[in-house]
Amino acid sequence: MLGKLTWNAIPFDEPIPMAAGGMVVAMILGLLTWISVKGYWPYLWREWITSVDHKRIGVMYCLLGFVMLLRGFSDAIMMRSQLALAAGASQGYLPPDHYDQIFSAHGTIMIFFTAMPFVIGLMNFVVPLQLGVRDVAFPTLNSVSLWLTASGVLLTNASLVIGEFARTGWLAYPPLSELQFSPGVGVDYYLWSLQISGVGTLLSGINLVTTILKMRAPGMSYTRMPVFCWTALASNLLIVAAFPVLTATFAMLTLDRYLGFHFFTNDFGGNAMMYINLIWVWGHPEVYILVLPAFGIFSEVISTFSGKPLFGYRSMIMATMCICVLSFLVWLHHFFTMGAGADVNGFFGVMTMIIAVPTGVKVFNWLFTMYGGRVRFEVPIYWSIGFMVTFVIGGMTGVLMAVPPADFVLHNSLFLIAHFHNVIIGGVLFGLFAGYTYWFPKAFGFRLHEGWGKAAFWCWFIGFYLAFMPLYALGLMGATRRMQHYDDMSWHPLMVMAFVGAAIILLGILCQVTQLVVSIRNRDELRDLTGDPWDGRSLEWATTSPPPVFNFAVMPNVQGEEAYWGMKQRAIEEQRLMDEPSYEVIEMPCNTPTGFVTAFFATVTGFALIWHIWWLVVVGLIGAYAVFVAFAWRREEEQLIPAAEVARLDRERRHLRAQILPTLTRLA
Amino acid sequence: MQRAMRTRTLARFRPPLLLSMVLLTTGCKEGVLVPEGPIGTAEKMILINSLGIMLAIVIPTIFATLGVAWWYRASNRRARYRPDWEYSGRIELVTWSIPTMVILLLGGIAWAGSHDLDPPRPLASPVKPVNVEVVSLDWKWLFLYPDEGIASVNKLVVPAGAPISFRLTSATVMNSFFVPQLGSQIYTMNGMTTRLNLQADKPGRYAGLSAQFSGDGFSDMRFTVDAVSATQYASWLAGAKGKGATLTGEAYHELSKPSQNVAPISYGAVTPGLFDAIASRKPLPAGPTMRAAPIAAASPPSKKA
Amino acid sequence: MNATVAERVGRPLIQDPHRLGHGGDGGDRAVGHGDGGPAPKKIIVGFGFWIFLLSDIIMFSAIFATYAVLQGATAGGPAGSDLFDLHNVWVETLSLLLSSFACGLAMIAAHRRNMLWTQLWLLVTGVLGAIFLSLELHEFADLIARGAGPQRSAFLSGFFTLVGCHGLHISCGLLWLGTMMAQIGARGFRANIIRRLMCFSLFWHALDIVWVALFTIVYLMGAGK
Repeated sequence: MLGKLTWNAIPFDEPIPMAAGGMVVAMILGLLTWISVKGYWPYLWREWITSVDHKRIGVMYCLLGFVMLLRGFSDAIMMRSQLALAAGASQGYLPPDHYDQIFSAHGTIMIFFTAMPFVIGLMNFVVPLQLGVRDVAFPTLNSVSLWLTASGVLLTNASLVIGEFARTGWLAYPPLSELQFSPGVGVDYYLWSLQISGVGTLLSGINLVTTILKMRAPGMSYTRMPVFCWTALASNLLIVAAFPVLTATFAMLTLDRYLGFHFFTNDFGGNAMMYINLIWVWGHPEVYILVLPAFGIFSEVISTFSGKPLFGYRSMIMATMCICVLSFLVWLHHFFTMGAGADVNGFFGVMTMIIAVPTGVKVFNWLFTMYGGRVRFEVPIYWSIGFMVTFVIGGMTGVLMAVPPADFVLHNSLFLIAHFHNVIIGGVLFGLFAGYTYWFPKAFGFRLHEGWGKAAFWCWFIGFYLAFMPLYALGLMGATRRMQHYDDMSWHPLMVMAFVGAAIILLGILCQVTQLVVSIRNRDELRDLTGDPWDGRSLEWATTSPPPVFNFAVMPNVQGEEAYWGMKQRAIEEQRLMDEPSYEVIEMPCNTPTGFVTAFFATVTGFALIWHIWWLVVVGLIGAYAVFVAFAWRREEEQLIPAAEVARLDRERRHLRAQILPTLTRLA
Repeated sequence: MQRAMRTRTLARFRPPLLLSMVLLTTGCKEGVLVPEGPIGTAEKMILINSLGIMLAIVIPTIFATLGVAWWYRASNRRARYRPDWEYSGRIELVTWSIPTMVILLLGGIAWAGSHDLDPPRPLASPVKPVNVEVVSLDWKWLFLYPDEGIASVNKLVVPAGAPISFRLTSATVMNSFFVPQLGSQIYTMNGMTTRLNLQADKPGRYAGLSAQFSGDGFSDMRFTVDAVSATQYASWLAGAKGKGATLTGEAYHELSKPSQNVAPISYGAVTPGLFDAIASRKPLPAGPTMRAAPIAAASPPSKKA
Repeated sequence: MNATVAERVGRPLIQDPHRLGHGGDGGDRAVGHGDGGPAPKKIIVGFGFWIFLLSDIIMFSAIFATYAVLQGATAGGPAGSDLFDLHNVWVETLSLLLSSFACGLAMIAAHRRNMLWTQLWLLVTGVLGAIFLSLELHEFADLIARGAGPQRSAFLSGFFTLVGCHGLHISCGLLWLGTMMAQIGARGFRANIIRRLMCFSLFWHALDIVWVALFTIVYLMGAGK
């Protein structure tokens, strides 16, 4: 009746998951109760859960990412504390079967459920605004993507209290992930969570590629697009090209586990090396999917806060697209030690280095953007400069490991761990935090508190170095990754230092939470009245904060690069706004529960597949199909916003702008 | 205000500097930077050289970033504001050339190094290589000496100054055979044979481990490499032969049952052809009391990695 | 007007900061090419669906690559040359090609808003597709009965997955087709339904193309060995 699911699936005898799970369930129930008591359900349902507005979806993605940062970080602090304790004779407090789940969950959650949603969320929010259009190409599909990602999140987190998670590392190499060596439900949770959210991500990639290539404001040719849109294009092209490989690979592992196929098994001709090749053909583009938008954010932030256009715009575009293409030609550097031979290793080593060239060019171009500028040291610039310093170190250690003989002694060591955290935290995460601070006022109408933002930066920056520089040293001392304990006592002080670093990062996260709470409390003082709090250069700053649902009352006519900057300078020179346009009716897509309900059935189907509850699988699939049909059958696809309403909203915006115009001076 | 800015900017230096000092002084008695063999030494050289080449770019870049950001801060009215300056062909040429040249240099090192230090490549040495066969099990290491007919678990005795020629496989899941002070690691995979060549120059005891996560007992999958003088090696061999258990197919079957934290075992005799049978997933050769091998009956051709 | 302001100010206003040389009215004014503004919905939907099809083809490529690597891993069991019935493949191919042709005719009829012929040709599309599918399922059942199921070897796992993935796409296509036929019947030829039909036909033709690659690489090349 319930497949493999029994009461034994709940780890009643294990205090840590029970306590953690209990806390999370209590918090969720508390939140749901509070929402019910306050009567927020109709508002939430109408305005957020069923929303197809890219801005709302972007905010929800970012929220999801931030919450999962907390979950992934709690795994990290457990790992660091375990290693700070488990030296010599001590076994620490986490037995191997727990520790193995924790590091597997940490990697999976941080990549798939923290970094990806945060990046996609920012791209979702910003790209249509920067392109001067009203929404993405397929708004309902956008909602489906969001909720499918949330479905993956739910399934992975459910594994904490119902069953177990994978104990294989975040990429689940066979033969360890095959049924013979992982007979439990852990790998199944992993596979189905990621398949479901992977569909969401792929759809999101298709959506954004179509938006950027086919939907831009009149006059915005490719070379007039902001750099963030270019990096978003490259990132989403990578999603479209790489995620199908992940889908296929996971499908094959699933067939091995569920139907006894022999793709990657040890017997009957299976070839585990094929999995490793395929998974990294996806895996390497994946890291560029994450880092390219971060590069785009830094381009926007550095240019805005230096008061200058980005240096070498054409170069940046060229470098971005080079990285995009090259990222598919380097995957073998993740397993030089698998023994492919000197020619193959050498080829991939050289290709990996070549990809460092455009990255280096970008760093220099940011440097020269600040050169000759007037750099305003607001929080986003702190993150940007922190990034530039930190990322070049991480990139350097990466190129170091791209030399195959160097990799032969560093592969899978803590040196590797330090390298990729160096580039992911220093690159992706710092970029996300810069973007979050930069675009927060646009999304919510008030800025984030600056003091707490700076405190958060310093804690993250100092904490990062304290946490990961020791790992470089440990890797050189022979320490490998995924150890639950170690014998060499000389490693102990460095492990303790790393734990202290993690604790300081925890302080940084607490600063960020505090910053949010304080900013919401003091939102009136921090209000962004004009929609352009940073003296921005691209079109999103032409709207109010937050923008109306239709973004622009009339799509802007783009007449040069840095569209908004040009418009602003003209207005300042002439000391008047552009003529009031003639307002017309605007068609916007209707909100729909399609995304949410589809994801509900996807979650049901996923859970049923994990626990082998076959009848429930059928129910889930039929339900998903029914949602698809119901959506296809609806009569009302679009709602009309009357011209008078459009006019009213836009006149308010013009009024605010006209008020501050006299205070704006020309460039000195 | 300016001084505060400067202090704050330069304060960014403090964490990395402090850390590097601490790290340099921490014990570096073992590990990759203290190699005891030709492979490890060559690899360390490549590491240091590559690092040096790149630091020559990275350190100035970091200083330039901090310097430019500080000098061109908005409050500094002495800095020249050039709001329209966003392109310079000359600078572009330089910014593309510098990384390109560095990469050309490093690429050459990578290509040459890949070939010189390719794991299957035999070491240039007048001394005849010692053949060792390695099987990674859950969760211990089995070492077989095919020329001597003995075996051991979790302890590898080799003569110092002689090249060791390894053939490796795995009984179950992927592992990675790694002795940091001797140099390169190589994956071990079921149904496949990988090759590795290392040498310990001086007598000593070196730590070995698995560098590819393989399950619950992974952290205890440690072994020691005892490099001894040639005479000591000969006498150890003489003493080991015939003593202790025989590694038959049956005994191997017992050994391959999952176990963790296994103390070293030696076998005085080994059934011939055992490694090849394990590596190619064929039935194990018969010993005194033989049972059918637990691995699948079908015998696919062996894959050489 | 800009020139006058620039003259007054004494320096050119920022319009081409990156000196790309076409500040103003250069470039392609066609709609959907940026300079002309966003493309119309039909183009956007079609383009997006093409991108989806490309991603689907990449997924097939990954499975093709795996099949190519595992082709020889027969684990002592039967190989392609022992198993493939090219006659069956020929009939399957014919069904699928004719089905694509019928789909094309259905699209022409839909373009002319002819309800009867649209539904008729869609029905023919579906029937031929169902014939293809049943032949394939029959082949699979036969192989399994002969002990050459996907659990027999890595080669057979690859074969069943590659061909089966294509078959799964055909099945989903047939479900989509049935739904579309019902929707056209109930709602007629509305703009959004025409767009969906266009996507369906793209999907169906793409599956045909994948089939050509499939029967060449798997059946023709496999049977020859």
